[in-house]
Amino acid sequence: MPVTEHHQIVVEGVGHRYRPPTGREVLALENVSLAVRDREFLALLGPSGCGKSTLLYMIGGFLPLVTGRILIDGKPVNGPGPDRGVVFQNFALFPWKTVKTNVLYGLERTQLPKAEREARAQTFIDMVGLGGFEDSYPSQLSGGMKQRAAIARTLAFDPKILLMDEPFGALDAQTRGLMQAELLNIWRRTPKTVIFVTHDVQEAVFLAERVAVMSARPGRIKAVVDTAFDKTDPHVLKSKPFVDKVDELWGLVRDEAIKAQVSRAT
Amino acid sequence: MKAALIRYSPLAILAIAWQLIAQFELVSSTALPPLTQVATAWLDLLTSGELLTNAGLSLYRGGVGLLLSIVIGAPLGIAMAWWKPVDIALSPLVEAFYPMPKSALIPVTVIWLGFGDGSKILLVFLGCMLPVTIGAFNGARSSEQVLVWSARSMGASRLRMLWDVVLPSAMPDILNGIRTALALAFILMVTSELIVARGGLGNLIGYLGANGSYDAMYGAVLTVAFLGFAADRLYQMFMQRMLAWRQVGDA
Repeated sequence: MPVTEHHQIVVEGVGHRYRPPTGREVLALENVSLAVRDREFLALLGPSGCGKSTLLYMIGGFLPLVTGRILIDGKPVNGPGPDRGVVFQNFALFPWKTVKTNVLYGLERTQLPKAEREARAQTFIDMVGLGGFEDSYPSQLSGGMKQRAAIARTLAFDPKILLMDEPFGALDAQTRGLMQAELLNIWRRTPKTVIFVTHDVQEAVFLAERVAVMSARPGRIKAVVDTAFDKTDPHVLKSKPFVDKVDELWGLVRDEAIKAQVSRAT
Repeated sequence: MKAALIRYSPLAILAIAWQLIAQFELVSSTALPPLTQVATAWLDLLTSGELLTNAGLSLYRGGVGLLLSIVIGAPLGIAMAWWKPVDIALSPLVEAFYPMPKSALIPVTVIWLGFGDGSKILLVFLGCMLPVTIGAFNGARSSEQVLVWSARSMGASRLRMLWDVVLPSAMPDILNGIRTALALAFILMVTSELIVARGGLGNLIGYLGANGSYDAMYGAVLTVAFLGFAADRLYQMFMQRMLAWRQVGDA
């Protein structure tokens, strides 16, 4: 896919190496290129340990960029910023803050007056169904509720881009299904550019318009598959286009998952 | 209330045993005066104002020393955890100074600052700082990367992030360090006053002992013990409030 100027996120020739506390240097990412359109929902799919989270954190500006370049709206990424909201796998809520003060945190540095920030926080708390839990601490919430609070916190300060790192990975299957549907609803109402990291093929096909498949370590983009079709049908999970896409992606991911297992075993 | 009575009943039993042992002179009454006699002497100390003056003096010295150790020790620990050069410069000093018995510094602080409050405050400060620093260091180092990233991605500057994420993450360890420091403050305060001081509870104990007023001396000793106990209980209540967010609720 050609990288053109109107892409909101451009990743070009990005590599990443790190040295674990013990052992040899690991090449986590090698020559990764990817372009994401404005308001697109893209899933990054790959076996665990393939570097997909690393790539997400590099786009987030958390990890130093040594080779290649990453552009957001044409400007190189230079550290984290509120234009990119991040939802982490383990929620990353501040445990010493309540649901409300967690959600308010991201709003504190906006120019909005206090009353407006409060109102906005409440709107998003209600939107994710946590009304009545404003004054609860994260330790008092279930996993699903924590992730909802984290999503509300990130959406509240209205980032253009959402970076999501296996946000539903720690949830039980039922909660996970509900959260996926809810996320799609939210995205349709307030369209944002989303990069969604997952190792779950069904999740990727259900949520994303395009799925970028990553290879086992060192991580590279192996293929990008178009998965944009009508997903509003309640029986979409059994529909032919859905099942076909899942099959196609499974074929791509399976080899990588096996390779990843072999390389871990050695 | 009832639970507290049962919980502290061993203390009552100990007091009764004390009274009986002293009354039947199982040990010499100079070594252990009857508790009733100690109570009378204690009341005299209280009404004469001697007890309150000296307790006030001791608590002032211990309190200021402890406060200084927190205000200086906690930021130092966090700085060591977050800036490598600070860690490299200070950790050998911390390692060397930590196991040293701070009571050995009593004469030194007296040479520097004299017999008054200054030397006591300095000693308590020196003795209390490292437990707080080490608590802050360990706590700050264990702050989760993802929380730091989370704050940064919501627009927090590096300094802001230290205040918003690292400090609260380190809080449980800092508070535990301060609890250790609180006990040390009492030990160092009384010890230094016993050895060289003008006034203070330690000084009072030494003075009464030297004059053979053993019943009053026991009164002063029990006062110190009670103050230490009360300070720790109050501190634990404060700590529980500060860390209320850690308790798992009923949701």
